[in-house]
Amino acid sequence: MSETVQRYTLAIVAHLALLLAWYLFVTLGKVPQFVMPSPGATLDALLEPDYGWWTNIAVTATEIFAGYFLALVVGVALALVFTWSKALESFFMPLLVSLNMIPKVALGPLIIVWFKYGVFPNSMMAFSICVFPILLTTARGLREVEPELLDLVRSLKGSRWQLFSKIQLPGALPYIFAGMKVAAILAVAGAIVGEFLGSDKGLGYLMLQVQVTLDTPAMFMAVLLITLIGMLLYGLVLAMERLLVVKDARIDG
Amino acid sequence: MVEPFIRLRGVRKVYGSPGNEHLAISDATFDVMPGELVSLVGPSGCGKSTLLKILAGLHPHDGGEVRIGSATHTFDPSRDVGMVFQAPLLLKWRRILENVLLPAEILGIPMEDARRRARELLALVGLAGYEEKYPYELSGGMQQRAAIARSLVHDPKLVLMDEPFGALDALTREKMNLELLRIWKEAGKTIIFVTHGISEAVFLGTRVVVLTAGPAKMADNIAIDLPHPRTLDMKTHEGFGEYTRRIYRHLGME
Repeated sequence: MSETVQRYTLAIVAHLALLLAWYLFVTLGKVPQFVMPSPGATLDALLEPDYGWWTNIAVTATEIFAGYFLALVVGVALALVFTWSKALESFFMPLLVSLNMIPKVALGPLIIVWFKYGVFPNSMMAFSICVFPILLTTARGLREVEPELLDLVRSLKGSRWQLFSKIQLPGALPYIFAGMKVAAILAVAGAIVGEFLGSDKGLGYLMLQVQVTLDTPAMFMAVLLITLIGMLLYGLVLAMERLLVVKDARIDG
Repeated sequence: MVEPFIRLRGVRKVYGSPGNEHLAISDATFDVMPGELVSLVGPSGCGKSTLLKILAGLHPHDGGEVRIGSATHTFDPSRDVGMVFQAPLLLKWRRILENVLLPAEILGIPMEDARRRARELLALVGLAGYEEKYPYELSGGMQQRAAIARSLVHDPKLVLMDEPFGALDALTREKMNLELLRIWKEAGKTIIFVTHGISEAVFLGTRVVVLTAGPAKMADNIAIDLPHPRTLDMKTHEGFGEYTRRIYRHLGME
């Protein structure tokens, strides 16, 4: 237990140390505010009412979470279909691996042409960038069943659904979570890139607006808030993983 | 006159495509009486596991006759087979009791009865008190005991074991052999035990069926006339040595 306490303490100290280093660098080095604002100035940016922080936070968070959730549902469902049909997998899997090589950011202008701009296309951007890691890791995890376990279920004339729900899905969870963790980081990047390319709301959009007036503290604040949204998503995934997987030592806590 | 529980006549199994065929089993012919523990012994690739899968209904056979069950000892292929493999194959995310319950869940056996039975079986295999542990908390031998309990939870008439102690260290293996004989006596099941340990085959079996590889064929069918309960010192008896020598000869190792 004391080891856990020590670990958390060190984590908090490291973050505070970074804040301190930032503060000292800016004040002692007399760095101009438009290059790098102090932590205090960054916090003050929140007081600017014209920036509509809450709305922009809500928009960006919606894009990230919607795209991510859709990717999770589609990724796991497709992976399941592939384990049920070898033919479908052999047909689609190589195609999906090729599609995965497309830099999703390059799709941005096309997505805007197809869907105009707004929350939906930016969710699509987040979706397109994070569906692949979830699909690929889930498909891999579902396949990783010992052949003898299949024999055991088949010798009892168990159904395909029983095999999936009792053996494949729980067995694949560590893989699915590995994919979900990668995807959580990518989803944030996807939504912000979408906002950069074309939008009228969101933290990425706000950054472009304040860039013109060289309001660097607001840009810092926006980056910080985007990071916090990402950390919230990542934290939720970790908590779920802890709840569902770690306790039985399928992976190390 | 009791009828045999399993009757194999000229069973053949071929793998591969026409023109590139590989004979896995040729002409396996033997009977297993109800309640027998028959060892299938032979080198790797002699078709022992294949034969087990045919008995489990997982593979079709390509010739001959396979009949399981008799008028007095009926057999339902979907409910009456228990399986134990070389690896325990416990589900890492389930506690031991829940692992043992897996076949009962698949077959839709009422859970209350199944739970009671699972607890009794865990006591039978010497794992009372480990019901709520996760597999990683148990040693390899204990995990294999749990796998044996799992193979018995739906009260199958036939238990198929494919080198169940092959991955255990020598001492644990000897201990598990004694345990298996005790469980077999108490559970009263017909067991087919695949192994490549000749001494293990003789020690456990009421009968040893010897298979050879290249070409795959059945070489001998030996009734083991050693008294029960078997004890480890029997392994040093003259009779025991004669059985093992006979098997070594078939496998071309003498």
